Amino acid sequence: MEHKYSIVTENLTKKFGDFKAVDGISFEVNKGEIFGFLGANGAGKTTAMRMLTGLSIPTSGKAYVAGFDIYSESEKIKLNIGYMSQKFSLYQDLKVWENIEFYGGLYGMSSSQIKSTTKELLSKLEIEKESNSLVKELPLGWKQKLAFSISIMHHPKIVFLDEPTGGVDPVTRRQFWNMIYDAAAEGITIFITTHYMDEAEYCERVAIMVDGKIEALDKPFALKSRFKTDSMDDVFYRLARQAQRSDN
Amino acid sequence: MTTFIFILKKEFRQIFRDPAIIRIIFIMPMMQLIILPFAADYEVKNINIGIVDHDHSDYSRELISKIENSTYFRLTGYTNTFKEGLKWVEDEKADLIVEIPNRFEAELIKESKADLLLAVNAVNGTRGNLGAAYTLGIIQQFNQNIRAKWFQMPDFNPEPIIDVTYSSLYNPLSNYQFFMVPGILAVLLTMVGGFLSALNIVKEKEIGTIEQLNVSPIKKYQFIGGKVVPFWLLGFVILTIGLIISFIVHGIVPGSNIGVLYLFTAIYMLAILGFGLLLSNFTNTQQQAMMVAFFFMLIFILLSGLYTPIESMPGWAQKVAALNPVTYMVEVMRMVLMKGAILRDILPQLKIITLYGVVLNLLAIYTYSKQNS
Repeated sequence: MEHKYSIVTENLTKKFGDFKAVDGISFEVNKGEIFGFLGANGAGKTTAMRMLTGLSIPTSGKAYVAGFDIYSESEKIKLNIGYMSQKFSLYQDLKVWENIEFYGGLYGMSSSQIKSTTKELLSKLEIEKESNSLVKELPLGWKQKLAFSISIMHHPKIVFLDEPTGGVDPVTRRQFWNMIYDAAAEGITIFITTHYMDEAEYCERVAIMVDGKIEALDKPFALKSRFKTDSMDDVFYRLARQAQRSDN
Repeated sequence: MTTFIFILKKEFRQIFRDPAIIRIIFIMPMMQLIILPFAADYEVKNINIGIVDHDHSDYSRELISKIENSTYFRLTGYTNTFKEGLKWVEDEKADLIVEIPNRFEAELIKESKADLLLAVNAVNGTRGNLGAAYTLGIIQQFNQNIRAKWFQMPDFNPEPIIDVTYSSLYNPLSNYQFFMVPGILAVLLTMVGGFLSALNIVKEKEIGTIEQLNVSPIKKYQFIGGKVVPFWLLGFVILTIGLIISFIVHGIVPGSNIGVLYLFTAIYMLAILGFGLLLSNFTNTQQQAMMVAFFFMLIFILLSGLYTPIESMPGWAQKVAALNPVTYMVEVMRMVLMKGAILRDILPQLKIITLYGVVLNLLAIYTYSKQNS
């Protein structure tokens, strides 16, 4: 079954003491799918993602990413995934091309591969002129697009995006989503967490997490018809209203 | 291997792009090595002395002028009452007072015996004791002169006199700087190796880039190696700069077996880097790392024999000093720079520090985890 899906989880749970950050979630993500992971702050999205990327060890439950067991084969998973974290993940004190070179090298790319990929990547982002600038000198939107490009430069099977568009202007967000579609078209599975409900509409399927559990999982239009509304916002409010915990 | 080269490139770029690190690496050793050895001096000079003279005789004046002429003392003043002398001590104007009693001269001549009182402010123990010792020396000399004047020396001296000549081995001029400079150099290496490496890793934790590394297929040894190698090489740069400064400013000539020093430093730096890595595995912010490093650094420096001889520490402190890696670096630095020690001489230290290097680095690799539970 692992071969049909990109990600499979069964009763995946993470406890911090008595607190169940993630409470027995089970779902499958298809290959090449854009899978949205929604939830209020503190709902457990990031914790779930950290377990899937091998940053955090689950308390119980099973999960397979790219066909590999997250307990015993986490290093193999790492070869097959890309990750872009909530915190800005590029080195601010390195130049644009130096960041590309470093991450390329990290995934075992050769110098010549890195060189050609860098060229391609910079022209796609139309920032050839900024190649020699330090990353900290770039505007936020550019940084996020660059970070995303770098996270998929080694052609991973799955890329995990943790609130990648936070604080980014609508135009850049639109461009960012175009990049996501391009990546999905290449066959990369996209696993994305977000707060923006309009972005949820761009996903093929979304899972909505409330208090560590998945309360709903379906295609956006199916969710809307189930809750008899025409906006994802409404769907989200109705589910999130039941939440016992919040971060304030 | 190519991956590791990319990792090293990144580390070196970041180090040399940070102006603070450049200052720490080049300016700090210069300042410390040029200024500190002149300032941090054991020799106690300028001891303030107050004199209470009740006698006002030739002898008392002779004794006073002897004290005055000594380079160690600075005269606070003369007075006729002990009370005023004591007030000087209370006001911190005098470190010690000498009271010459009434009939000092008369008794010395008549009974060939007289009393003197030395009252010492012992708040700063070293200063007070040394002051008293200097004064005793002067009085003894004064005493001998009187004996020579008053008593015809018999052919056979009833009191044997031992005439002592001494020579300062390894440091002929007993130059204090020769002692301090190697020690300061050892501490500098420790700071760069232990602090900079720890701060570097913790900084990645703070910014969050470490997560990006932890989801990548980077191997533990690649990550740790990438952090160790640049600072290890910087250790040699600092040692070289330090030796050049010691030569130019303090005239310390390292001698032909300088290779021994580099060999020892190579292993010592690995040990200290292991310590830094270990530190960074257990701290999450640069402030935490700084505070913990500062705590250890104080112990490292005070119990390393840099300022106070380990032999005169209490038993438990000697045991701590024996566990302190800085102790061995200070020892070897002094042995090589002052005594011209060769490889065979420093073998015991070399063995211990190698053991340290292996243990600390294994612990560091073991405790570094790409995951948290």
